[in-house]
Amino acid sequence: MGEPLLEVRDLKKHFPVGSSLLGGVQGWVKAVDGISFTINSGETLGLVGESGCGKTTTSKLILAAEQATSGAIEFEGRNLAELRGPELMDYRRKVQVVFQDPYSSLSPRMRVGDIIAEPIETHERVSRHEVRSRVAELLELVGLRPDMSRLFPHEFSGGQRQRLAIARALSTNARLVVLDEPVSALDVSIRAHIISLLEEIQTRLAVSYLFIAHDLAAVAHVSQRTAVMYLGKLVEVADSLELCASPLHPYTKALFAASLPSHPDEAREEIVLSGEVPSALNPPRGCSFHPRCPFVMPRCSEQEPLLCEVSPGRRVACHLYN
Amino acid sequence: MPPLLRVKDLRAYYFGFRGTRVVKAIDGVSFSLEAGETFGLVGESGCGKTSTCHAIVRLLPASARIVGGRIELEGEDLLGKSQAEMREIRGRRIATILQDPMASLDPLFTIYDQVAEPAYYHRALRGPRLRQRVKELLSAVRIPSPERRMKDLPHQMSGGMRQRIVGAIALAGGPQVIIADEPTTNLDVTIQLQYLNLLKDLQRASGVALIFVTHNLGIVAKMCDKVAVMYAGKIVEMQSVRGLFYHPRHPYTRALLNSIPKLGTKAPLYIIPGQPPDLSHLPAGCSFQPRCASAMERCRVEEPSEQHLDDGATTRCWLPLHEATTRG
Repeated sequence: MGEPLLEVRDLKKHFPVGSSLLGGVQGWVKAVDGISFTINSGETLGLVGESGCGKTTTSKLILAAEQATSGAIEFEGRNLAELRGPELMDYRRKVQVVFQDPYSSLSPRMRVGDIIAEPIETHERVSRHEVRSRVAELLELVGLRPDMSRLFPHEFSGGQRQRLAIARALSTNARLVVLDEPVSALDVSIRAHIISLLEEIQTRLAVSYLFIAHDLAAVAHVSQRTAVMYLGKLVEVADSLELCASPLHPYTKALFAASLPSHPDEAREEIVLSGEVPSALNPPRGCSFHPRCPFVMPRCSEQEPLLCEVSPGRRVACHLYN
Repeated sequence: MPPLLRVKDLRAYYFGFRGTRVVKAIDGVSFSLEAGETFGLVGESGCGKTSTCHAIVRLLPASARIVGGRIELEGEDLLGKSQAEMREIRGRRIATILQDPMASLDPLFTIYDQVAEPAYYHRALRGPRLRQRVKELLSAVRIPSPERRMKDLPHQMSGGMRQRIVGAIALAGGPQVIIADEPTTNLDVTIQLQYLNLLKDLQRASGVALIFVTHNLGIVAKMCDKVAVMYAGKIVEMQSVRGLFYHPRHPYTRALLNSIPKLGTKAPLYIIPGQPPDLSHLPAGCSFQPRCASAMERCRVEEPSEQHLDDGATTRCWLPLHEATTRG
């Protein structure tokens, strides 16, 4: 594994709520509330969590589409907040994204070749001829035919469109690609195509991924390390295979228990969580998971557990382990 | 005694461009369902599973026509019924739960109105008895403080709660069959588990039969007794859940099982080559033949007929796949 490419330190993003016409902010939604992680070059970090836990806000912060309330994002050793002008452009060139829904992420009025060429033309001064040959290369890289560059997105199936989105993300030699639920909108048999394609591209180009999804099995398959997020905080970060073998945090355990069996006789520890994810506007005191936690202790409602290293490379935020 | 629901050689086609383009969405589908049983219908998008559900309740869009076959509910032919007669059956005997709870609830009516409607029409409940029934249904689907929540509108509920309300509406008419079309696709995993467990409990309590339409084999493993795998409008394999996972007979089933990531391994996934076929231009012979790893000469020419195997499984494949070894 390479050296750290992206380092996120104590990142926070709070959104104001209820600011009416006459002003007066009534509260803050702590969408991302102090998370830290690193992504090494050539590595995939999985980010799992339920809707509303702050996965997408995290990805927006990394993509420089939102400004952090506090905390730092360092990319190749430089703080994102201090980048200006051409340096920020260069950051955006190196950090790209693939969205969940390939039907809304590709412009229906542009030819596929132009969609893939657009980032190249924005970021680099190259001849038209070179752009065209790069587009052809990219289409081949993602398993499509170069002559397809003249077609429009509606002429492609869902899986093919996701390939186009991947080709666009890679067109400017990105170092980090944020994959925001890249396979959840696809059919089962097509998912395997895209997952294998992403893995193959990573071995060829040594690009890093931040793989955001709610399907644990897919995340664990693609990523070397997995981070589990709950209500704006990371509750556990571990090697993916270790995490699957022995999840430590009660929420991670519940997620694994809730993920569906792969065959009918699979024995599973049933941990059915009561209730739903609390509102991020008014998170519970202490550990934000304690109202749903089956192992709750008196301490959990008062003191917030910190994300501590329990064994090399494995961090958990739970009083059970500290 | 006839089975609760029997679908026999059902065919429904969509006609486009004045009948010049025929899409064979359902092409000879047969299965039967007993009381209290859970039947899974699995397949990828466009394989005809949703059309099959809509055909059973006779709610196919105007461009589609049922061109052959029979649908029998306790021996009664549903295809001969008028829409007025079908209204007596939908909700009362066969209820449906659809994928998107926001689209199946009316945003302008309270939860009470919507849950009460089937009980009002189909069970002829009125006044305090109706109110009591709605309260029971809401507690059955574990809505906290039902008395208060039934005055709410759908937008005041979370996604998981809305889907439970849809479940309460389905139960309100006291049906014998509930068709659940991808009911948990929009739910988070922990909420999905809650919902699936709830459906199982409700089924145990009321003895209702479930048809579970899904593309998720994990849900099938958890919920179903019997499974049918659909591909290009046909059931290519039907057998017990255990049989399907331990001895899949059709190459498509095996390919599907091997293309899903399993927790805790990084073994490479099997990739089914190609794309699902265009239902208006099906390949010659077996529809799966162009993507099949074990296609033979015969597959390209002759469409496989339904083969009944010793252990009760049926498959549409020429391969004698007796001792399939791959396991899910």
